[in-house]
Amino acid sequence: MMRVSSLALLVLLGACSSAAKPRFDLTNVTGHLPNLKFQLTADNGKTMTAKDFRGKVVMMYFGYTHCPDVCPLTMTRMHVVMQQLGKLADGIRFLFVSVDPARDTVPVLHQYVTAFDKHDVGLTGTPDQIRALAKRYRAAFDRGKVQKDGGYEVNHSAAIYIFDSKGHARVLATPATSNKDLEHDLRLLLKGA
Amino acid sequence: MRMITRLALLALVAWATSGLAHAGVSAPLQVHDAWIRVLPGALPNAGYAILTNPGNQEVKLVAARSNAYARVMLHESSESGGISRMHAVDHLSVPAHGSVRLAPGGYHLMLMHAVHPVKIGSRVTITLRFADGRTQDASFLARPANASGVND
Repeated sequence: MMRVSSLALLVLLGACSSAAKPRFDLTNVTGHLPNLKFQLTADNGKTMTAKDFRGKVVMMYFGYTHCPDVCPLTMTRMHVVMQQLGKLADGIRFLFVSVDPARDTVPVLHQYVTAFDKHDVGLTGTPDQIRALAKRYRAAFDRGKVQKDGGYEVNHSAAIYIFDSKGHARVLATPATSNKDLEHDLRLLLKGA
Repeated sequence: MRMITRLALLALVAWATSGLAHAGVSAPLQVHDAWIRVLPGALPNAGYAILTNPGNQEVKLVAARSNAYARVMLHESSESGGISRMHAVDHLSVPAHGSVRLAPGGYHLMLMHAVHPVKIGSRVTITLRFADGRTQDASFLARPANASGVND
């Protein structure tokens, strides 16, 4: 009996200490970045806020659809990780926040995100809304020179901000992050770390 | 009549001595794993490949074109200080007996304004043009938006 309870205590202690200090592989930003908060238009045409994603582990990335290389690379990597996670991926949402709201209309955004993964959500809004959200997470972006055909590139933050199911900012991934490390930390967060 | 024949002959000679006619026999580069990431709608696509130069001299890629796209540009993505950027490059040098990878996150062909929607699984010919005027056709496989490579 005694042995059982001490064992239970050990397990409990183990659980407590791991809950207090999860061993993340990515950059731990717990307590250093604000909670997830926004009100934007989703690619389904509806207004969505951070509250709509409570209970989900959220990855947030700033990009634009006319980006043929780096954004699809990032989104494809996320898709690969989601596939690795199998059914667990249903507990995750990947938010693609457009830093090019002028061109990223709801239909364009919808076509774009659905081409990558079913857990992706596209978000757009007024330039002020986008700027405020980017500023909140110190994510820089700026529009490049307009070319002859009217096209332009947008330089944008490469980071992926990862929030736990309560909306707390927890870890930061970059393009250099390995899929293995990303998957590891997502699993921790899905377990409630 | 004679004038026309002579003109035609001249044109034929010009064509025969151009790189185009020789492309089949002495293509400057070997092109492997060539694929296109097709994005939905009218969004720009990106072309990737491994370019290998079997020759003794550097080969300088200066432009590319395709009947399938209104415009093809040489581009490079880069990241510094946490910011992703993309810029046009005016040429790409493939060293003698060396290779250059056009791969996601680095060098790529920016393919703009598809003339017709590009079907996933189809092949697209892209003509590479080199500094010495030679050209070479390469066949690229159209892959879905979330493909990781030519055959994942």
